[in-house]
Amino acid sequence: MTVFLDNVLGGIALGAVYALVALGFVVIFKASGVLNFAHGSLLLFGGYLTAVLHDDLGFAGALALAILTTAALAGALDRFLLQRGGQDAHSAHVQTIVTIGIDIVLLTDLARRIGGDLLSLGDPWGDAVTDLGPVTVADSRLAAIVVSSVVIGGVFALFRFTSWGLSLRAAAEDLEAASLMGIRLSRVRAGAWCLAGALAALAAVFLAAFPAPGLERSTGLIALNAFPAAILGGLASPAGALAGSLLIGLTEALVVGYQSDLHVLGEGFGDVAPYAVMLLVLLVRPTGLFGAKGAARV
Amino acid sequence: MCLAVVLCLPPFYLDAFWLRIGLFSMAAAIGAVGLALLTGTAGQLSLGHAFFLATGAYGYTWLAGEPGPGLPPALAALLAVLLAGAAGGLFSPVAARVRGIYLGIATLALVFLGHHVLLTADSVTGGFNGRSVPPLTLGGFTFGAGDPELTVLGVPFGAEERLWFLGLALFAFTWFTARGLLRGRPGRALAALRDSETAAAVMGVDVARHRSAAFVVSSMYAGLAGVLLALSFRRVVPDYFSLVLSVDYLAMIVIGGLGSVAGATAGAVFVTALPLLMTRYADQLPLVAAPGSADGSVGPTEAARYLYGAAIVLVLLYAPDGLHGLARRARDRIRRRRPRPPATDPALSPPQPAATARPKEHTP
Repeated sequence: MTVFLDNVLGGIALGAVYALVALGFVVIFKASGVLNFAHGSLLLFGGYLTAVLHDDLGFAGALALAILTTAALAGALDRFLLQRGGQDAHSAHVQTIVTIGIDIVLLTDLARRIGGDLLSLGDPWGDAVTDLGPVTVADSRLAAIVVSSVVIGGVFALFRFTSWGLSLRAAAEDLEAASLMGIRLSRVRAGAWCLAGALAALAAVFLAAFPAPGLERSTGLIALNAFPAAILGGLASPAGALAGSLLIGLTEALVVGYQSDLHVLGEGFGDVAPYAVMLLVLLVRPTGLFGAKGAARV
Repeated sequence: MCLAVVLCLPPFYLDAFWLRIGLFSMAAAIGAVGLALLTGTAGQLSLGHAFFLATGAYGYTWLAGEPGPGLPPALAALLAVLLAGAAGGLFSPVAARVRGIYLGIATLALVFLGHHVLLTADSVTGGFNGRSVPPLTLGGFTFGAGDPELTVLGVPFGAEERLWFLGLALFAFTWFTARGLLRGRPGRALAALRDSETAAAVMGVDVARHRSAAFVVSSMYAGLAGVLLALSFRRVVPDYFSLVLSVDYLAMIVIGGLGSVAGATAGAVFVTALPLLMTRYADQLPLVAAPGSADGSVGPTEAARYLYGAAIVLVLLYAPDGLHGLARRARDRIRRRRPRPPATDPALSPPQPAATARPKEHTP
């Protein structure tokens, strides 16, 4: 039972971090129709900045600066590279490929700088643990759950109550109509990219914190697991991204936790279990758990 | 015709490095044509191409090798292609239900699950270290080094030279069959499906059948490309068939220009040859340090990656409809510059090519 609770808590913490990344994917997809392949390297960029700056600025200052810089970088990439291609549906998938090019450049540079090192982000939790009844949890995991919940709640409020959120929802519904209503699509888009960049930089902290050994050049790859999380929930729905992320986090943690009992599936199945779950869900619900089924009109 | 003769020349003049680039490009082109059919024409986004390539490559290696049934290699190659097609067919229940970007991510799952299987099913795939690929033999002629020794016009024909002609033949086969498919009834049905499924269904196109048929055919091309890749690498390892490979294929067809066989080929050559060439010549660029020098300097491998990434971004920024669109625009411009015959009657003058009229674009 303790093992089970342990795994569940670990899964929720993992899911909370995935949710930060998945929410970024979803926001970008909603605003621009682009599947951002450069998200992993944005995440790594944020983590790297925090790691480099924390000696001079302290953890909080470094993190704040990293979040701002990553947000600015993401916004600038969108504004000055992607938006040159236009706004229609065809250009959306050309821009998707442009993000691959961006990812290659960013990742190469970061990998060169990080090399084979494990960078510490200087987070305040260290390897401290807390006893919660029968289970022992790492503080960093609790922090991940709390911070993610607060941030995600804030993002939802942003969608729901601000005029930018309204513009974003309108643009996601119908680009042309939104533009005719006087919404500046380029600003809404750039704002969405900034938000996604900030979320990615924040997620990097928790992906590199204890029990993970630290930030390494492959940390960005973990962001890939947020793909199934975002899809599971239905790409257009932030609430879905949240539910999907929790499901993926739990699946991964439980499969890894009970690996010895799941020996038939082979070693390292935990890494691919999210995809297996996603395939099953998509077979039953082709637009994800919370995706809306659109009516076709000819 | 002229082109065919030119393509037969390289083995007599170029060394193995260039022949290898050509071989990989041809294999990639075959796979990219398959993906262009599926994603460009039928509008089904697939990130799972690496899985079908792996099915072809490993299928051939297992069927023709030891341990394995040890079939005659030519038969094994044929069966491997059919196997890849069958894998595509098995996936079609998902493909028939899931649309657009969801399909893209669902196919992504295939790559990860496939990679996992390749790593764990040691007895068939050789696990992490992979397996070596038995050379293809056809009626006593081996597409590998020696057996029988062969010298044509004073050039010794080793593995690369022989495989070049095999690749050329397979590529020609792909080129003509794919163009035939696209220009005939199936191609039009698929394009109609892409533009509007409901409209296509009303016109009498069997939606589910065509969607899954597109998947099967595309997977078979991928399988063929996988066999050729396995033969050129002479060893298959799981890590090659990763997400990166799938993304590369997607990049090929978008860089080439969606939905055309020539575009997919051009994109395949671009994506395959560019990194190899850059890695080879990067040390001659300014500001590039020798490999293995102090930390923090830019080595040739990194320089090649930077340039490759930047090339993708630049090509797509300045030619959003890909190399194919770039070629078409250049052709139009040349035509327009040519002096027109003085038309006495405007009604009789030949219609000008409409440079702006593009076929309806689409979202895969």
